[in-house]
Amino acid sequence: MPGTGIIAMDKKILLGHGSGGKLSQTLIRELFFKWFTNPVLNTQTDSAVLSAEAPHLAFTTDAFVVDPIFFPGGNIGKLSVAGTINDLAVSGATPAYLTASFIIEEGFPFTELEKIVSSMAQEAKEAGVQIVAGDTKIVNRGKCDKLFITTSGVGWIGEPFLSVSTGKNVQPGDRIIINGPVGDHGMAVLAARELTHFSTDIRSDCACLNHIIQRVKVTCPEVRFMRDATRGGLATVLTELAENRPFGVEVDESAIPVSEATRGLCELLGFDPLYVANEGKFIAVVPLSESDSVLSAMKDHPLGVQSAVIGQIVEHHAGHVWMNTSIGGKRMLDMLAGEQLPRIC
Amino acid sequence: MKYMDEYRDKRLVDQLVERIRSLSRTPVQLMEVCGGHTMSIQKFGIPSLLPETVRLVSGPGCPVCVTGRQFIDKAIAFARLNDVIITTFGDLIRVPGSTSSLEKEKAGGADIRIVYSVLDALQIALDHKDKQVIFLGIGFETTSPGSAAGIKKAAELCIPNFFLYSAHKVMPPAMRALIHEGIAISGFIAPGHVSTITGIAMYEEFPETFGVGCVVSGFEPVDLLQAVLMLVEQVESRRPKVEIQYKRAVRPEGNPKALQLLREVFEPQDDWWRGLGVLPGSGLKLKKAFQHFDAENEFAIDVEETREEKGCICGEVLKGLKQPGDCKLFGKACTPSDPAGACMVSNEGTCHAWYRYHRHG
Repeated sequence: MPGTGIIAMDKKILLGHGSGGKLSQTLIRELFFKWFTNPVLNTQTDSAVLSAEAPHLAFTTDAFVVDPIFFPGGNIGKLSVAGTINDLAVSGATPAYLTASFIIEEGFPFTELEKIVSSMAQEAKEAGVQIVAGDTKIVNRGKCDKLFITTSGVGWIGEPFLSVSTGKNVQPGDRIIINGPVGDHGMAVLAARELTHFSTDIRSDCACLNHIIQRVKVTCPEVRFMRDATRGGLATVLTELAENRPFGVEVDESAIPVSEATRGLCELLGFDPLYVANEGKFIAVVPLSESDSVLSAMKDHPLGVQSAVIGQIVEHHAGHVWMNTSIGGKRMLDMLAGEQLPRIC
Repeated sequence: MKYMDEYRDKRLVDQLVERIRSLSRTPVQLMEVCGGHTMSIQKFGIPSLLPETVRLVSGPGCPVCVTGRQFIDKAIAFARLNDVIITTFGDLIRVPGSTSSLEKEKAGGADIRIVYSVLDALQIALDHKDKQVIFLGIGFETTSPGSAAGIKKAAELCIPNFFLYSAHKVMPPAMRALIHEGIAISGFIAPGHVSTITGIAMYEEFPETFGVGCVVSGFEPVDLLQAVLMLVEQVESRRPKVEIQYKRAVRPEGNPKALQLLREVFEPQDDWWRGLGVLPGSGLKLKKAFQHFDAENEFAIDVEETREEKGCICGEVLKGLKQPGDCKLFGKACTPSDPAGACMVSNEGTCHAWYRYHRHG
């Protein structure tokens, strides 16, 4: 196929695609504009010019380097959109705009890049968020591993939710709710990367949480704290919630949902699912009086069918998280130190 | 989860705890000598269920913890050689050597790869014929048959670039040494996975010679509590013996095929244990016929002088004489993210398990 279309260009990303010249223009037009099209982006200005819809702005950024870039349940693109949207949403904000930067290794297949970009577009569309600016750099082969993506995002945050990210108003008696089983993302990625000879049906839970979080906010404007349980897993979020605070956290092991497949693989490899990463799970801390209505609102959403109350805020053991184990014992939950490693004896 | 939930059944746990409580009169100190047991006991909060008369202490059951710094120093020296790939289980990566660690060497450019089995290491050797691949073999009889199988395979396939650096150990000499040191042990919770290989004959000397019973236990709460109950029964009836609680996995004769493989490839050697010193016949080295796979024979290395951490009481902890909380480094100068002693590094180390599950208890 003659002309400047990138399909004709050997279907590989070349250094020239990042040169700022013609090839760059083609890549931007035929890939990024094609998928991300929206009025702000289409103006092609150096900055996206936006109108503020509320006096308070939530603003976040995240880099994505997941290996492998495709895994059951998602890919690096979907992850990069969901990850940033979730960081905004759990802060109590309504996500509005994203930017995306791509660092691409020379020789990366165009078809894979298009799959990734299209799933970003799809995910953003479903979340009701526009991708309004971006950048692409191509580096020599071997200078980065296939593809790295950085996304930044802004969202508008209403007055009642300004303290959701710090949990300033959390108090003893509040209940802790999670929107479903933990550990699926980490185990899905691990299985895809390390256990290629091993068959498992675990899929990453990677998803945008802003719609289900909107339901929590509508049902319970007094929601005290929300956070997504990403790296370090649920245990890490709980320890962050309790750290340096005048209250303690108590959770019931038997109430924490874990899928059978993830439990099984964790047992096999010596991992604790409470410390395994999620990409579509968050905890909400709500007043006791609201916990039933929040729980049922969450259960009504497709991303919260298995929501469960897993614990509560308590007056004792301030600053720490204790877990009632499934057999009736007690143990402390602490932050993950280093990586979880498989057992050797 | 089928075949797992049954052993975490709260009703059964409650019944076992009740029976231990009603039976236990004599104060006992029971020692587990397997890192997997240490983890399970802390993870499920088992000590919080037991009566005051029953005290659980951890022994030298974590292979990473009992192995001396010199092993890490030598592994680092191997890693610094040109064209060498070090393959290792993940636990060893962060263990401090005298001045460095495998993790730091890796960051500095050494080719160090984490594997899940010795077969992965063999494959790396096959895939990189221009490199020398050294597998760091560590562990008791749960991992040593794997190393032996790897060596046999390498011999069969004539793989000239695969080598083993062995820190493999066997448990009974350490259990004997603990008793000789006069440590008060009323019974051993004997290792589950090790015993699937070895069988139970090797424990007979403990009730016969020292009057100390051994119960081979599984790793679930019901297993461990039943093992505790069996040991308490032995103490109360003054009839120490060797028993198997973990009957669904352990046969009295063990795994004859794996034992044959071990005998074929390895022979005993004296070995150094943290806290216990050199114990006769407690380590495994490659037999003469396989010596060309022995990394220590095949590579000349320059090893730095070994320096042990000052103030670290891992040795006493491994003997059950002290608890992690007694160490002035614990939780301050020694944490899982910045460990001073080996017991803090491995998931199965007593200090690590305490830090994770018990620190503020």
